[in-house]
Amino acid sequence: MTTTTMAPPTIATEDLACTFQVRQGMFKPKRPLKAVNGVSITVNKGEVLGLVGESGCGKSTLAKMLLGIQKPTGGRILIDGEPLDGLDRKAVARRIQPIFQDPYSSLNPRKSISSIISLPLRVHGVGGPADWERKVKEMMDLCGLPQRAYDGYPNQLSGGQRQRVAIARALVMRPEVVICDEPTSALDVSVQSQILNLLLDLQKELGLTYVLISHNLAVVQHIATRVAVMYLGRIIEQTDSETLFAAPRHPYTRALLDSVLTPEPGLGVPDAQLGATFPNPIDPPPGCTFHPRCPHAMPVCRQLAPRPLTVGGSMVECHLHDPEQATAA
Amino acid sequence: MTEPAGFSLEVENLTVSIPLAAGTLRAVRGISFQVNQGETLCIVGESGCGKSLTSLALMGLLPAKAVRGADRLTLNGVDLTALSERQMSDVRGESMAMIFQEPMTSLNPAYTIGNQLEEALRRHRRVSRTEARERAIYLLEKVGITAAASRLQQYPHQLSGGLRQRVMIAMALMCGPDLLICDEPTTALDVTIQAQILHLLRDLQREFNMAIILITHDLGVVARMADRVAVMYAGEIVETGTAAEVFAAPSHPYTRGLLQCIPIPGRTRRGEHLGSIPGVVPSLVGEIAGCAFANRCPHAAAACRSEPPARDLGPGRMVRCVLEPGALPQMEPA
Amino acid sequence: MSVVSNGLPTAQEIVGPTPGQRLRRRLFGHRGIVVGGSILGVIILMALLAPLIAPYDPYDQILTARIKPPVWYPHGTWEHILGTDQVGRDYLSRLIYGSQISLLIGFFAAALSGLIGTAMGIAAGYFGGRVDLVVTFLITCRLSLPVILVSLAVVAVIGGSLEVVILVLGLLLWDRYAVVMRAATLQVRSLDFVAAAQTVGCSTWHILVSEILPNVMNQLIVVATLEFAHAVLLEAALSFLGLGVQPPLPSWGLMIAEGRNYILFDPWLIAIPGVALFTLLLAVNLLGDGARDVTAPENRG
Repeated sequence: MTTTTMAPPTIATEDLACTFQVRQGMFKPKRPLKAVNGVSITVNKGEVLGLVGESGCGKSTLAKMLLGIQKPTGGRILIDGEPLDGLDRKAVARRIQPIFQDPYSSLNPRKSISSIISLPLRVHGVGGPADWERKVKEMMDLCGLPQRAYDGYPNQLSGGQRQRVAIARALVMRPEVVICDEPTSALDVSVQSQILNLLLDLQKELGLTYVLISHNLAVVQHIATRVAVMYLGRIIEQTDSETLFAAPRHPYTRALLDSVLTPEPGLGVPDAQLGATFPNPIDPPPGCTFHPRCPHAMPVCRQLAPRPLTVGGSMVECHLHDPEQATAA
Repeated sequence: MTEPAGFSLEVENLTVSIPLAAGTLRAVRGISFQVNQGETLCIVGESGCGKSLTSLALMGLLPAKAVRGADRLTLNGVDLTALSERQMSDVRGESMAMIFQEPMTSLNPAYTIGNQLEEALRRHRRVSRTEARERAIYLLEKVGITAAASRLQQYPHQLSGGLRQRVMIAMALMCGPDLLICDEPTTALDVTIQAQILHLLRDLQREFNMAIILITHDLGVVARMADRVAVMYAGEIVETGTAAEVFAAPSHPYTRGLLQCIPIPGRTRRGEHLGSIPGVVPSLVGEIAGCAFANRCPHAAAACRSEPPARDLGPGRMVRCVLEPGALPQMEPA
Repeated sequence: MSVVSNGLPTAQEIVGPTPGQRLRRRLFGHRGIVVGGSILGVIILMALLAPLIAPYDPYDQILTARIKPPVWYPHGTWEHILGTDQVGRDYLSRLIYGSQISLLIGFFAAALSGLIGTAMGIAAGYFGGRVDLVVTFLITCRLSLPVILVSLAVVAVIGGSLEVVILVLGLLLWDRYAVVMRAATLQVRSLDFVAAAQTVGCSTWHILVSEILPNVMNQLIVVATLEFAHAVLLEAALSFLGLGVQPPLPSWGLMIAEGRNYILFDPWLIAIPGVALFTLLLAVNLLGDGARDVTAPENRG
């Protein structure tokens, strides 16, 4: 890895944390909920980082922090090397934009399509009404929306078309990074593929960097260049896409991949041996937070939280792969 | 045709129509299928194809305005269309049960789990509270819930999504139904929980020898769970067969299109375009002339303007298409 | 590259009318709205055209023609269609001019309380936290106040007049607005388009006014019609108790109060303004119910 003039990563988080104070009842004291508990990731220009994890792992909170709508309680976020909290809201907006999961709630039902897509242009005061119309129509073309939708309203569009409007809105200011939060989960299969193809094309055409949050591992494998697996607020494995899917190291990643139902008949339903309970984030298990469900848990896993082990571009947090633990055993 | 052993559900030419201001919405346009004991039939299709309405039609739970019609709708020989509402409500829960997609809203938040489970049994059988409670505990343990006795006192909001879905399954099994209809039972759940729930359904099916109708849009679920598959499009079944047959040699252009849309590691290359089905589902209001898929089909021909015939490709194998089987080019092998 | 739909409508995306068109269609189809709206329209016209259609000056006392019965009574004449009151003022004219008072009070009190309540409710729903705590506390305080007694107390100290009544009612009737707007804002706040507007860099003011307000407007209108009726009724009650609008203003409540002593022998003195009040409030309530019916399915769709 050269240390000479290398552009800083487009996004970098350093030990990012977000802890909520949760009320436990009327008279009990509040307890901390560590939604994000020390996350350090980097995304370079042109990459697609797939963020994978189940509900409760903190990926939505992480996305909100990257978008600037949730204040971190610890650590920091750097965009192109600059700290996020030093930038004002509009500067952040120009660089990072979201695409949300639900196409039925991500568009204001009272606004016309042209008004929705041109919102960023109007808010940032880019050009005048004539420019706005031109840019909106250009964006609609790029996203595969018919021109007759310009004066239409969201209730006249299908789910796939609404998602295209959301994409057009996100990209009209040509941001650097797009945070895609389950962009196709609420869509039909045939529409999903159209939107995924669109996202791939737009990435090439506009030089975008994506952070793709998805629980659909097949989609992640298809689009992502790097993958990070989140569990209870921490990244427990991070590596490039091929390596992760071919040779997952963390037991949770393995269980996750084993649980995926590929469309191959005759293989039956896999049993990943995980056990039913996802732990309570307010009261996480001691040591390695995964140990109650881990089929390979060792005594040390109950006592000591594993440290992140980075080799090249890959990271894993697990005592099973820790050479120190191996010698101690 | 030999008489199937044990129980079966037979459906012939089922239709569901909903009158709207703009005309009649023919949501289900004449579907026929059969499910036997111990068998899992997966009905797969996208939103708007009519699969959920089909399940509601079977259970007799259609909305008031909807009109159900069928040439034949029999469960174990009993004609369901001839039953009064009261008789149908006796059948529901006793012989056929249903579990829904959203475990959050399927359980009544105002009653304990135990209360709801016991009620499911005592509605149909004269049993004492103690017997009902014992059966509830037995089933909760069967569905993999630990400390079942203490769970009976809990309320739905105290359980996670996966646990709630397990409770739903236990509730459906309280009377030991012959047929279990599952409408997208795992769509709202995480990947690992989904696998567990489906695994559970498989085990329970084997143990209680139930028939299962599994409705889903997820082709992965279909491949792993189905003994037989029915592909639905625009209110019709366009292809049926065993899972192996349909996935190895999909014969309807829609089925092929669907399979080409999903990323399959090993078959689709990363970063490349996925297949897609252009166009949109046609309006189901009023009559559809000819094949409903014609406007999106890459192999559409003039003959598609007339209603495509249901071709019999073997026992239990059907495709509704004007094209001769074998006329479609081979799909790339995995 | 772009995949364009072939234009055929689908089962789900039957190209529908715009929200505006749909609303208009629903409005004229709903019987409650049509009836209520027509009655209210008539009353508003009556108020606007009062100087033109009232046969007499409502303050004109013709002491020789006191307590004349309306035209359908045995001794009634067409000179005074609805009779006269105890100082000889023509009742029809007073009724017509009285509509102005009721409408003014209803409108301005509802508007003032609407402004206060909506601002508080939306702020509480959007910002949550401490703002929500304060607003909820204020609502609780306000709900524990007996409105009539407080208004009586204030008016007793300051003195009654049209302006005072409007001010007092406006400052007291904001609670339902605040509660409903808070709930509506909480619902809208969790929708993704609000988060999208935040990430676009919109200012908080823009989000509140341009994203949230249009989506809670439906509920606002429903509450506004109900509070209008509430204000009119309260003014009538206050005037009846002598601490609302002061004579000789032709407020319907005051007319009832002044006719109080004649209820046994000359009941029309109370009945006529009573029926007028009832009609106005019925119309407004029909409108409010209709507004709720019309906007609810739209919210679901």
